[in-house]
Amino acid sequence: MSVASTSQSILFGKLSLSALPLNEAIVVWTFVVVAIGAVAVLAALTYFRLWGYLWREWFTSVDHKKIGIMYMVLGIIMLLRGFADAVMMRLQQAWAFNGSEGYLNAHHYDQIFTAHGVIMIFFVAMPLVTGLMNYVVPLQIGARDVSFPFLNNFSFWMTTAGAVLVMMSLFIGEFAQTGWLAYPPLSGIDGSPGVGVDYYIWALQIAGVGTTLSGINLICTIIKMRAPGMDMMKMPVFTWTSLCTNVLIVATFPVLTAVLVLLSLDRYVGTNFFTSDLGGNPMMYVNLIWIWGHPEVYILVLPAFGIFSEVTSTFTGKRLFGYTSMVYATVVITILSYLVWLHHFFTMGSGASVNSFFGITTMIISIPTGAKMFNWLFTMYRGRIRFEAPMMWTIAFMLTFVIGGMTGVLLAVPPADFVLHNSLFLVAHFHNVIIGGVLYGLFAGMIYWWPKAFGFRLHPLLGKFSFWFWVIGFWFAFMPLYVLGLMGVTRRLRVFDDPSQQIWFMIAGFGAFLIFLGIVCFLLQIAYSIWKRDELRDETGDPWDGRTLEWATSSPPPAYNFAFTPVVHDNDAWSDMKKRGYQRPLTGYRPIHMPRNTGAGVILAGISLVLGFALIWHIWWLVAVSFVGLIATAIAHTFNYNRDYYIPAEEVTRTEEERTRALAAAGV
Amino acid sequence: MANQAITADMGHAPAFHLAEEPHHPEGHSTPLGFWLYLMSDCLIFAILFAVYAVLGGNFAAGPSPKDLFDLNLVAVNTAMLLLSSITFGFAMLSMARQRKGATLAWLAVTGLFGLAFLGIELYEFHHMIHLGATPQRSAFLSAFFTLVGTHGLHVTFGTLWLVTLMVQIGRFGLIPANRRRMTCLSMFWHFLDVIWIGVFTIVYLMGMLR
Repeated sequence: MSVASTSQSILFGKLSLSALPLNEAIVVWTFVVVAIGAVAVLAALTYFRLWGYLWREWFTSVDHKKIGIMYMVLGIIMLLRGFADAVMMRLQQAWAFNGSEGYLNAHHYDQIFTAHGVIMIFFVAMPLVTGLMNYVVPLQIGARDVSFPFLNNFSFWMTTAGAVLVMMSLFIGEFAQTGWLAYPPLSGIDGSPGVGVDYYIWALQIAGVGTTLSGINLICTIIKMRAPGMDMMKMPVFTWTSLCTNVLIVATFPVLTAVLVLLSLDRYVGTNFFTSDLGGNPMMYVNLIWIWGHPEVYILVLPAFGIFSEVTSTFTGKRLFGYTSMVYATVVITILSYLVWLHHFFTMGSGASVNSFFGITTMIISIPTGAKMFNWLFTMYRGRIRFEAPMMWTIAFMLTFVIGGMTGVLLAVPPADFVLHNSLFLVAHFHNVIIGGVLYGLFAGMIYWWPKAFGFRLHPLLGKFSFWFWVIGFWFAFMPLYVLGLMGVTRRLRVFDDPSQQIWFMIAGFGAFLIFLGIVCFLLQIAYSIWKRDELRDETGDPWDGRTLEWATSSPPPAYNFAFTPVVHDNDAWSDMKKRGYQRPLTGYRPIHMPRNTGAGVILAGISLVLGFALIWHIWWLVAVSFVGLIATAIAHTFNYNRDYYIPAEEVTRTEEERTRALAAAGV
Repeated sequence: MANQAITADMGHAPAFHLAEEPHHPEGHSTPLGFWLYLMSDCLIFAILFAVYAVLGGNFAAGPSPKDLFDLNLVAVNTAMLLLSSITFGFAMLSMARQRKGATLAWLAVTGLFGLAFLGIELYEFHHMIHLGATPQRSAFLSAFFTLVGTHGLHVTFGTLWLVTLMVQIGRFGLIPANRRRMTCLSMFWHFLDVIWIGVFTIVYLMGMLR
């Protein structure tokens, strides 16, 4: 079953035909379906001659808006893969009772739960969050692009390269069977001699480079590129939460990089960092990875909090209640998120004093989070609430997330954690906060900003179907897991002995089916809205009566975002402008300085992908070639000094006059 | 940019946009961005130092720092790196005076000191491995080779960058883009010096006291 083979050829390393999982019927059929789909897509792109368009306008683009959209596409595609894993697990667990082995063998099942976690965190939640930040932040601060536009393109392609490696592991070799954080000694070379953990390591390392650089980029953008007049306490809340998230990214992803380097050294070189002999210490891995891992959940949820803040204030038609406290709560969460990592392993022998410290810091985090919750509620209080889809997601979030937060505080009590640790109660808890917090936020954000990105709204009715399937499906899928956790069922099990538990797994499976319908409705909503885009068209650029600067420009915004750099006088700058009768200037356009597209990001990430693949399969000549190629290409890129150009004033005039006509036609 | 708030005269409608394109000097975010990168790199070293602090005493009945380290050699090595920082400073001063030739010369000297440092480090590694003190021998040696080796790898990349930049300055002169790159490389180089002070103190000096 395992693809570990001792024989290595010079040409192909550990790679051989036996690495293809031909004996796994499920994988083979998946491959057939994926291959047919891929061929169809590639053929369509070729037939419609779209390759040149895609290359020029999208792949090599340094426009933060296009890169943001590409991140969203990546996240949604990977969501389908991650969700397929989830459904397979639900089916297996509902099935494997009364002596049945279910339909997945252990080798396959263990890969699925690992891949599900890795994909959902790194290649769904992260791209979607980064994509929204990329799209929205420069618009909200009145900037033309990010600080380092090329780096932005490069970051995206590195994230994509990581995702491609994970997808390759499905068909060539295997993925890790270690759980999503790959604890040693199981993830060491003795515990996992195959290539699964290597796929895990290199996918995360390559994507991690992208994440870190994009974090640096967005911090610089927010610090350096804000429109005149927008001091820190006039920034939109989403920009604030993005700033804090990116600070967390830059301050934690290097820890992940370092700890994965140490794990790779143990696996490739035979060092003894996390081994159980010659002085190694596996507990150090657990500590280090959670020093990254805990802030990671705040990296995901803080932008969601920002989205909820924007949505709540827009759809209640009011200024956000307690802006200052919201900002401070965000900053406090940012800091506290570093001081809680040990609560992930209370049971692993730290002793009562240490556990108490981390238990208390964990509970303290719920205070700023609670403050945020009250701020949203008070914003809604006596507001004119419009129950559009983003607002519905926000209210669902408030109800769901509070439950997840409370079970979190429960788990933060070390004696309780000794009972609940590693049980399905924990699984239910973190899905409760990640789905109820991050994912609901992402849906709210996607629907909220969709008209900005494409110039037409998403169809509301299908959006409501998607919403209700998701929300009801969530309760069906995860409440049973709380019950099972309290009954003592541990996580990651493949078969079960106690038939009385089966009904709960079946209910959870039904919930997964409802969520499936929710995802289908979401995709249908996108497809149908694109089809009916003329009916859903918005020419105003401000379909929701928005409050922040991104609504001041057209939808979709021109490449340069704003014809004139806006000047900010108050919080909710656009709302302030509308209130004070701002007139859009119609003359006096100037040439605009913009960054030039480049293919270097695609090429560098492509070479990194080859390098990763060669490292995974021990194809050493290819490692050497691609590594040298990577350095040489990077150096060659630094010889390109021609990185910017001016959009001529005539072109700006043409674009803006078109908008003037569109606005007039729309009767604005 | 953001600090120059436009004070609105309340009697009149305030300006909601700038009539002229705001002038962002080329690369105005680069120093901040590079600082942030350096701090993220610093965090990688912080982890490696922490790992060394935890594992540094786990000799697994193998050789200990007292058996392996030659402080005289390390002192020479340290001097090489510190001198390279000084000469990089001279290169920056020459650049400030717009003297291209002197800048390139000082960069060359810096590069030679960097290579000397790397040479001595490689000799030390070779010697240790020859004695059987390989990275695989004990957790202490794993942590030692990784921490010191990661620093050495950084110096290697710094040297590669230095050569690249010398070519670019030679070809295009001290244009703003190259001056900005010099600033970044200078920060990088001094940063590696600071890390080395940590390595020298915590690994070598304190190692001899274990």
